[in-house]
Amino acid sequence: MTPLAFVLWALLASFLAGLIGSLLGLGGGIIIIPALTLWLHIDIRYAIGASIVSVIATSSGAAATYVRERLANLRVAMVLELATTTGALSGAFLAGRIATRWLYFIFGAVMAYSSIMMFRKMGGGSSRSRRPAPWADRLRLHSSYYDEALGKEIAYRVVSTRIGLGLMYVAGIVSGLLGIGSGVLKVPAMDLAMGLPVKVSTATSNFMIGVTAAASAGIYFSRGDIDPFVAAPVAVGVLLGAAIGSRWLSRLRGSTVRGIFVVVLLWVAAQMLLRGIRG
Amino acid sequence: MSSEERAAALDMESDDRLGRRVELIISRVLRTGVMASLVLIVVGTLLTFLHHPGYASSPSDLARLTQPGAAVPHTLRGVATGVLALRGQSIVAAGLLLLMLTPVIRVAVSIVAFMVQRDRVYVAITSVVLLLLLLSFALGRSAV
Repeated sequence: MTPLAFVLWALLASFLAGLIGSLLGLGGGIIIIPALTLWLHIDIRYAIGASIVSVIATSSGAAATYVRERLANLRVAMVLELATTTGALSGAFLAGRIATRWLYFIFGAVMAYSSIMMFRKMGGGSSRSRRPAPWADRLRLHSSYYDEALGKEIAYRVVSTRIGLGLMYVAGIVSGLLGIGSGVLKVPAMDLAMGLPVKVSTATSNFMIGVTAAASAGIYFSRGDIDPFVAAPVAVGVLLGAAIGSRWLSRLRGSTVRGIFVVVLLWVAAQMLLRGIRG
Repeated sequence: MSSEERAAALDMESDDRLGRRVELIISRVLRTGVMASLVLIVVGTLLTFLHHPGYASSPSDLARLTQPGAAVPHTLRGVATGVLALRGQSIVAAGLLLLMLTPVIRVAVSIVAFMVQRDRVYVAITSVVLLLLLLSFALGRSAV
């Protein structure tokens, strides 16, 4: 393969990753890393470096639209970022001190469970919790967004802020330790535990993952893991894909977004369980 | 509606409008960062192919560019001198650095935006997030 052909293929794969990642609130690493290593034969170090760039590109590219359209809940994002950044720091501290094999097992199981719960919620529509939520009241987290698919303004309440903070702390640790995009853990936490509508969950996750990734990007850069030749087409492709994907989200039905997310979540859960079994 | 109620309603409305402005400012910061880095990355890549016309035809060049241990810029100084020498890959690296910095700038700008809104709780929350981010940068450097 010539360098020119590599740039064009990487651009195409990254465009798809940006499109899907922006809709689901993920960084697109689950597409970028296999595409670069298995298909384009790039060293795993540079593939991981490029995937960190891809997370930031998806986040910044899509979040500009989501914040403007009020799909992302800024306040929820800011509050939860407290927990994800603390978690990422703890993860960096724990790295090398605990056996990651069991983590793959545990989180593979957690993700399989979340995908089943999200699937069961599919037909349920938007029966929002009426539970009292003193923290969310105090922090003024409740909000509304305009849903283009339904053609109306949807108001929602946020509940279980403290549980959400706990889950985000764990998500931060996992992304620090295992290097997996924490979007797959953030979206179910907001959707299942905190009662956010699924589209708001993916948009808000999208907004947050950039900060989590930026925390570790400096390390990857100074280690020399970010090869500009590999990362350039990835960044450009992902940015274009995210710009288009972020325009679609508002028009998609919540159940469609949830359906695609459940499939991706099951896929990642299976991969994590496999890595746990192989050791 | 009593005058007090009207004042309260007006207050809520201006609160909403300020909140909306915070959102628009943050959206603009993200868009500007993304656009600027996109331009740098595209220009750098075009320069690379202009300087090395062989990249369009020679497969062995790809192996050299992407093999483990390739000459990857990994210091700010290295990137800066490369940009001044108009090296394509250094300009790409500068664009990538700007992209990585965009979320950090976003957090910093949010602090200012919440200050303008006089929202003390959120100024505090966002400041702690920024501190934690800077701490992780500092720890990252010492770990390498």
